[in-house]
Parts: sequence; structure tokens; C-alpha cells
Amino acid sequence: MQPIATTRSSAGILTGRLGVWWVLASEIVIFGGLLASYIMLRISHAAWAVEASYTSTPIGTFNTFVLLTSSLSAVLAHNAMELGDGKKAARLLHYTIAGGGLFLCVKAYEWAGEISEGFTISSSGFWSFYYTATGIHAMHVIAGMILMAIVARDAAKGLNVHRVELVGIYWHFVDLVWIFLFPLVYIAK
Amino acid sequence: MSEHVHEDHTKHYVTIWVILLVLLAISVMGPELNIKIVTLITAFGVAVVKAWLVAKNFMHVNVQPRYVLYLLGTCLAFMLLFFTGVAPDVMKHDGNNWIKPEVQIPLSRGAAHEAEEAALHSGEHH
Repeated sequence: MQPIATTRSSAGILTGRLGVWWVLASEIVIFGGLLASYIMLRISHAAWAVEASYTSTPIGTFNTFVLLTSSLSAVLAHNAMELGDGKKAARLLHYTIAGGGLFLCVKAYEWAGEISEGFTISSSGFWSFYYTATGIHAMHVIAGMILMAIVARDAAKGLNVHRVELVGIYWHFVDLVWIFLFPLVYIAK
Repeated sequence: MSEHVHEDHTKHYVTIWVILLVLLAISVMGPELNIKIVTLITAFGVAVVKAWLVAKNFMHVNVQPRYVLYLLGTCLAFMLLFFTGVAPDVMKHDGNNWIKPEVQIPLSRGAAHEAEEAALHSGEHH
């Protein structure tokens, strides 16, 4: 049985796709506001550059590579779904989930190292922003992984195939946020 | 689901991915030159380019209905409005006829503390 929203459209596009774009628009304000606040305070606190020097650029670079590659597998999943291959789409979504898992493992290792060095969320304004921004981003990664698992299970059976594109759009946004987060906390030192 | 016959775009997506990785390498290597303008261009300029590539080629934002772009643009505008509205107060600590003593005193203490910490850590690393 299909949800009613799946079988009707009020705006000329799939209701689910409109819903995802609504979510992403609100996320622009959430993440944009957080990053804008960070930029404001960073510019007026030159000493934060010293704090930022303790983040690991190689780890951040590797995580960026992982997310970009997982974005590739997500869009290839959509491509496979458009070509009618639900099982391949599901497999590619599983690769994307694995990429998200790897990202989180590296992030956990990174946080453990920084916390053991004494850089906690209450250490300074910079570290407060660092853990808040990367933490909220990580929560979105976890949510995306759960959603993709559900969509992949259905896609393999040929059900709700339109959701492969929708969850992909969400995942690309998670990648987009990291694309801006990476230079702010790992490069600008 | 699209009604037209879908072509296989695998090659296009992989090409975009390779370009993104090249841009990532540039954004990491550029700041190594320690020239501020190069850092700004390579780190932040490249981030904007990468974001556009992902939005256009992976999210297909360019083929969405116009009102989706208006929706995203409106939220972006509100975010910029927040920044421009708050930034003058946050980023400036004095002006021609005013100061923020509640900020300046802790800041001067904080700056001294941060300078001490920086000296301590740089001493530890050497």
C-alpha cells in the first residue's frame, strides 16, 4: 500500500522530491547559520588560527575523499535505478553506506585523539564550534545511512524506486556541507 | 520516474568525480604556499566550485523546477541576512563613539591567555 503522498503531486514534481528540497532549504539555514557564525567569530579572533593548527589536514582530506566517493556511488545508484536495475542500485547504496561508516570511524578516531590531547568541546570557542559543526554533520551522516539502508532494501525488490534519487539528493547535500566545513576547520590555519 | 528513455551517465559522473578529486588536491596544496590570497582562492574558491559541480551534476539542481531554486535561494538569502545583520556587532569591538567594554576586557585577557598557550604549545613541539 502506497502512502497517499506518493500517488499525487501538488507542485508538478514528485511529492517526495519536493519534500527533500524543503528539508535541504531548511538545512541551508541550519548549517549556513552555524558556519556564518563561525566565520564571524573566527575573523575577529586571530588566535583561533593557533587552535585550528591542531586539526589534522590529512585526516580531513581523507574524509573529504571518502565523502566525494560516496557521493559518486549515490549518483551511480540513481543512474542504475533509472536504467531499471534495482539490485545494482541497492548494491551502490550499500557502498555509499559503507563510505559513510568509514567517514564516521575516521571521525571517531580523530575526535578520540583530539580529546586525549585535551581539546574538548569546552576548551575554547574554536573547539566548541569544531565539535558542534562536525558533530551535527556526523548526525546527518548517520541519518543518511539509515535512510539509505531502508531505500536500498526496497529498491532491491523494485519498490519505491523513486526514493533512490531522493536519498541521493540528501546525501549530496551532506557532502556539500562537508565541502565547506573542510576548508574552514582544516585548511584555514 | 522520468518518462524518457534514460541514457547511462556513468562516464559523466566518474569524470566529475575525478575533477572533484583534482580540485581537492589543489585546495590542500594551495595553502602550503603560505600566501594568503592563494589560500583564499584555492581553499574557499575551490570549495565553491566543488559545491557547484556537486549541485549541478549530482543533485541535478539545474533541471529542477524554477521554484525549487527560488526556495533554496530564499533560504540562502535569509542566512546572508543573518550574517550581515549580526556581523557588525560581533566583529567590531569599538567604533567612533562607542566601545564594548564587556567584550574588550575579556578579549584582552583571552588574547593574552591564547598567546601564552600558543607559546607553550610551540615550545612543546620544538
